[in-house]
Amino acid sequence: MRTEDNIQIEGIMAFIDRDNIDTDQIIPTEYLKSIKKFGYEDYLFDGWRYLDEGKLGVSKTSRKLNNEFILNQPIFMTSKILLARDNFGCGSSREHAVWALRDFGIQVIIASSFGDIFYNNCFKNGLLPINLSRSVIDRLFQLSAQDAQLVKVCLQSRNIYLQGEEFSFNLEDDLADRIINQFDDIDISLKFADKISCFEQDRITKRPWIFYNE
Amino acid sequence: MHSTLYDKLWNEHFVTSFDSGESLIYIDRHYLHEVTSPQAFEGLIKKNIKPWRVDANIATPDHNVPTIRAKSFAIESIDDEISKIQVKELDKNCDLFGIKQFDIKSLNQGIVHVIGPELGYTLPGMTIVCGDSHTSTHGAFGCLAMGIGTSEVEHVLATQCLKISKLKNMRVNFEGIPSPDITSKDVILFLIRTIGVSGGNGHAIEFAGSYIENISMEARMTICNMSIEAGAKVGLIAPDQTTFNYLKRSSNLPRELLTDAIEFWSTLKTDPDAKFDKEITIDVSKIKPQISWGTSPEMVIDFDETIPSTSTRKENQKNFENARKYMGIKDEKKLSDLKFDRVFIGSCTNSRIEDLRDAAKVLEGKKISKKILQAIVVPGSGQVKKQAESEGLHSIFIDAGFEWRESGCSMCLGMNPDRLSPYERCASTSNRNFEGRQGNLGRTHLMSPKMAALTAIHGKVIGQ
Ligand code: SF4
Repeated sequence: MRTEDNIQIEGIMAFIDRDNIDTDQIIPTEYLKSIKKFGYEDYLFDGWRYLDEGKLGVSKTSRKLNNEFILNQPIFMTSKILLARDNFGCGSSREHAVWALRDFGIQVIIASSFGDIFYNNCFKNGLLPINLSRSVIDRLFQLSAQDAQLVKVCLQSRNIYLQGEEFSFNLEDDLADRIINQFDDIDISLKFADKISCFEQDRITKRPWIFYNE
Repeated sequence: MHSTLYDKLWNEHFVTSFDSGESLIYIDRHYLHEVTSPQAFEGLIKKNIKPWRVDANIATPDHNVPTIRAKSFAIESIDDEISKIQVKELDKNCDLFGIKQFDIKSLNQGIVHVIGPELGYTLPGMTIVCGDSHTSTHGAFGCLAMGIGTSEVEHVLATQCLKISKLKNMRVNFEGIPSPDITSKDVILFLIRTIGVSGGNGHAIEFAGSYIENISMEARMTICNMSIEAGAKVGLIAPDQTTFNYLKRSSNLPRELLTDAIEFWSTLKTDPDAKFDKEITIDVSKIKPQISWGTSPEMVIDFDETIPSTSTRKENQKNFENARKYMGIKDEKKLSDLKFDRVFIGSCTNSRIEDLRDAAKVLEGKKISKKILQAIVVPGSGQVKKQAESEGLHSIFIDAGFEWRESGCSMCLGMNPDRLSPYERCASTSNRNFEGRQGNLGRTHLMSPKMAALTAIHGKVIGQ
């Protein structure tokens, strides 16, 4: 782990009071046409953020904003933390959903559960998904309803601080480490290249039909 | 002993484990399409890494391809410049790395989850991944198949492995004999409505029971396809004689190899005393045709039921209100009160030959309602299209007023020219009714091919 000050994420928490926010909402299919890994910030929650239909490459400034949507309110435009409810990121496997959140500046997502593929994708991109019980999520919504909230997430102590209240969360050391250091899984796995080769050789003998090429 | 089918597949592919609790799992087959692969290939190029085992990979363009294409159609003819780049990019990357691709001109092109099984690339006992959540489809063959993100696509290309944690085990037993108008689409929609869209989160679902034993591979694929809509990235069915018969037709394996393989595949089943973390049994004899009314695949009702206005769970009341508003449901009480604009028969859920036969049977000698602006049938692959044409199904569709298209994902998602205009209501055989899924502000009602055909005829939902 790096220095202490790097393992705290502090910022405004935005909130969307919905269950099952699917990856089509996080980023609609139109923007999946990009072949890049960055530059998705303007398309995050596109269907909710804008009143008109967008197109890849069309700039945000020429679009009609939905002023009621939370991320369009000035104080939430720089949110680093997002609060939602059950099953956040369900649906499609598109990593673009994580890229859009990341590019917008979101670093932490707090929800009562996550879509499995989305959850995995988060860690590959340094985004921290925090799973909390429904009752804690209720409390966080209550607290945020009053005013825009400055929230602090401490990775080392696994605590969320908000208005003098403290909420703890679980996270495997290895995953916390990955959020902080952004390891490349390919490098890690290729350390086992010999093992993979041995496994493969054995498999070719045992299950030859898998490797059959006409 | 005491292992589930999922446990067996996991152990069979286990390479090593990490302190994090994750394991390295060997991948036998990797499918690729144009949307989730470009950034992965770019990563390989940047790191100067070659694919670990080139022939494990099979690619095809499906999401972006227009479904009106002449025989001579080339990538250059794609109107949407950005879609064109993506399809070209797949071409370029497959050429560069020597990956087998069924390109836009190939007779075998189609939706990746339709062509894999029909061309014999999906075999029981395999681990199969693809940068697409509906990879769960292949679980119908007794494979450990799951959707992955683009970083994982790159990882699989580079290492032939996936670094993942083991899922929990869940079993769904479908028992009983359904009434004749019920298809596997109704059965899976009924399950999702019962356990909810997060009901399978963190689990691999094995589908079992007398109903599963008696249905075809096509019907099984529809069920496994939508396990992701129930929250489970893995859906599984133990291979049996039905599976082997299918494979005798589809696979290219020499006879001896196939015989050895079948002997092994026959062992791929859950032990009688294996324990599941979750288990439910559903009586399929009571299921009526299922149709979604809202914006989540759990917002499903019987075709003749009253559209709900309140939720049974306190915290998702807002979801209900949002869904009713988005779907344009005000005073309408039943699905039959809603007027439909378009009908879409297709997608990796329901674009196989059986689905087309089901719909054609309903449409034979009938015309679609004048109120329907457009009705399209999009076969899941070039092979499905060819088969349907040899059976004369295309004439039934065309005579009824449907458009007969070339294969692709089409109106399942608003990425290609087939999409809904704002506020249009669509009877769709696809898998997701999310806001904007079929086009900005479009309204999707999920249903079986039979119900979609009936809706086309009447312009609204009606029973048989
Ligand atoms: S048909 Fe629809 S769900 Fe299936 S792969 Fe294509 S876009 Fe995805």
